[in-house]
Amino acid sequence: MDADLLLRALTFSAGYNAALVAVGATLLGITAGAIGCFVLLRRRAMVSDAISHATLPGIGIAFIIMASLGGEGRFLPGLLVGAAVTAGFGLWAVEWMTKRTRLTEDAAIGAVLSVTFGLGIVFLTIIQTLGIGKPAGLEGFLLGGAAAMLRAEAISVLVMAGLVAVVIALSWRRMVLVAFDQGYAETLGIKTNHTDRLMMLLALAVTVIGLKIVGLILIVALMIIPPVAARFWTDRADRMMLIAGGLGGIACFLGTAISASGDDLPTGAVIVLTATCLFTISMLFAPSRGVLAAWLAWSRFQKVVHRRQGLLALSRGEPILEPVSRRLLAREGLLQPDGVPTLEGKAAARLVAEDEARWALARRRDPDGALAGRYDGLTPITQVLTPDQIAVLDADVRGQPALVAGVGGGRLAHE
Amino acid sequence: MPDRIPPMAPLTTPPLATASTKAALTGSSEEACDQPQPLTLRGLTVSYGAKPAVFAIDMTVPQGSMMAIVGPNGAGKSTLLKGALGILPKLAGEVQVFGQPLAHQRDRFAYVPQRASVDWDFPTRVIDVVTMGAYRRTGWFGLIPKRDRILAHECLERVGMHGFANRQIGALSGGQQQRVFLARALAQQADLLIMDEPFAGVDAATEKAIVAVLHSLRDAGKTVLAVHHDLTTLHEYFDRVLLINCQAIAEGPMATTLTTDNVNAAYGGRLNDARLAAAVS
Repeated sequence: MDADLLLRALTFSAGYNAALVAVGATLLGITAGAIGCFVLLRRRAMVSDAISHATLPGIGIAFIIMASLGGEGRFLPGLLVGAAVTAGFGLWAVEWMTKRTRLTEDAAIGAVLSVTFGLGIVFLTIIQTLGIGKPAGLEGFLLGGAAAMLRAEAISVLVMAGLVAVVIALSWRRMVLVAFDQGYAETLGIKTNHTDRLMMLLALAVTVIGLKIVGLILIVALMIIPPVAARFWTDRADRMMLIAGGLGGIACFLGTAISASGDDLPTGAVIVLTATCLFTISMLFAPSRGVLAAWLAWSRFQKVVHRRQGLLALSRGEPILEPVSRRLLAREGLLQPDGVPTLEGKAAARLVAEDEARWALARRRDPDGALAGRYDGLTPITQVLTPDQIAVLDADVRGQPALVAGVGGGRLAHE
Repeated sequence: MPDRIPPMAPLTTPPLATASTKAALTGSSEEACDQPQPLTLRGLTVSYGAKPAVFAIDMTVPQGSMMAIVGPNGAGKSTLLKGALGILPKLAGEVQVFGQPLAHQRDRFAYVPQRASVDWDFPTRVIDVVTMGAYRRTGWFGLIPKRDRILAHECLERVGMHGFANRQIGALSGGQQQRVFLARALAQQADLLIMDEPFAGVDAATEKAIVAVLHSLRDAGKTVLAVHHDLTTLHEYFDRVLLINCQAIAEGPMATTLTTDNVNAAYGGRLNDARLAAAVS
């Protein structure tokens, strides 16, 4: 890989064409990530795989038609129209089989995917033997190749991706609603089957636009990996859409730049690998949902549980048998190696016992109340109540026998 | 399904009840010609696949009532609602909401689906679910007017869930999920609330809170229709009932409709005496 070429690609200084391709690819990545969110949330991700493979026969047929009419067989808009037509057929075939036959969707996807891809390969082979219309480069649609793009091609990718982005921006809320609660969406007057069709048509459009850059085999990854990565960063569908778009854009931009910087690396593969790197980083390091954050939260939680349970056992004068609790309390200087609490340990145990007593009273008073709902056996009540409220509670804890028999008992009888 | 022969026999036994309620209904609907009823079903038949699930249901939900749909498991209660609301295709029959076809009255009714019907791991916050109720008032690019965002917070407060607005929905208990669904329906500001098993699997505090909200809606002149499964609380919560078991058994005010004969007919004599007594008390 040529570092100088890479740097120039990354700074848009590799020429006007390369910059156009970079912008087009980035916009493609953004739309693919965004529409991928909806497809994923609607659990239709693999349908887009059937769609992308179904583009191949369309490319072949369009080439044969254009070449036999004496034109340039590789005219991109013509090829993309052909791809869209057979991809649309593939989508229709999957839906028809799922609805009208006993086949499940995954079986229908498998059937359509393999049959259409096989058909496409046959067409490509026929084209090679026909020797018409300069077929060289058609196989680029399999794995993508941004470097070989012409200026007009880059501009058409740019425009189409922009259009898709606008449609997504206009209809995202409807698609989220249908993905979350289809029946409810129907009662709001949303035609859910139209919305599903729009979503799959947008996925189809992204697939067709991405044929030249990412290639048909890997385009589905660009619609799945960024949303899955984005899910680690957020709990909101709207943000997930934006983050997935961002990650997809970054992956496509970096991927095209890297593949343009020599060694003839296939663009689609490099883009997908870049996206996978982003996914791995998200999975490991995302706050709150990432693997690392989850592990940290778990060990912190474990510590709190062991500390509190250990101290409660001490306050009842019971021995601590759990080795983790013993280790934890010993490290804090609350427990001697022989299992006898230190002075600090006794004080801490008293505090925890007091907290537990306050909780017990508060919960007995109002078992269905909001306060009782906050009890988890871990949170100190001082974090939930104000000092004033605790002072009142403490007065009652001290005079507990009278209060439970009098007011508390009376209240129970009244209810 | 094949072992359900018994219900067919009792179906013919209470023609009196059905006939009398029907007479009462036609009478009342004639009076109220200028003020159409919130929901009327005429001969509604709905199927799941090739099997009709509910047959020829006639039902009128009068203005300002709290009506329950009651019947044994598999009686088609939820199916009836889904068919009436156009979520499932209907084989036959007519549905009118405030005197007009459903499609013309989408702003006047709100549906609360069963809690279990959605994926609670879906990436969305409590407040996002509630603002779904304002969907029909969203602007271009899916933007929600400020008025509706404030309304959504008020609806959350009404069901006792303020302070939960920014929680991820997966972190909610069953009762809290049900409250959020109710808040979403409230945000629609509809006149007719249609609920599928609103009390299934919720805690006692939530059940009380939901009933309180529903009764306050009724007192404000709104109408509530709910699928209900707990016969012991029927009298306390509702004032009208439709007993069904694939077909309508009886419909009308609680006192005259929830008779031993009718309940036995709906449940095919499968209720033990204690539950039956509790129901018709």
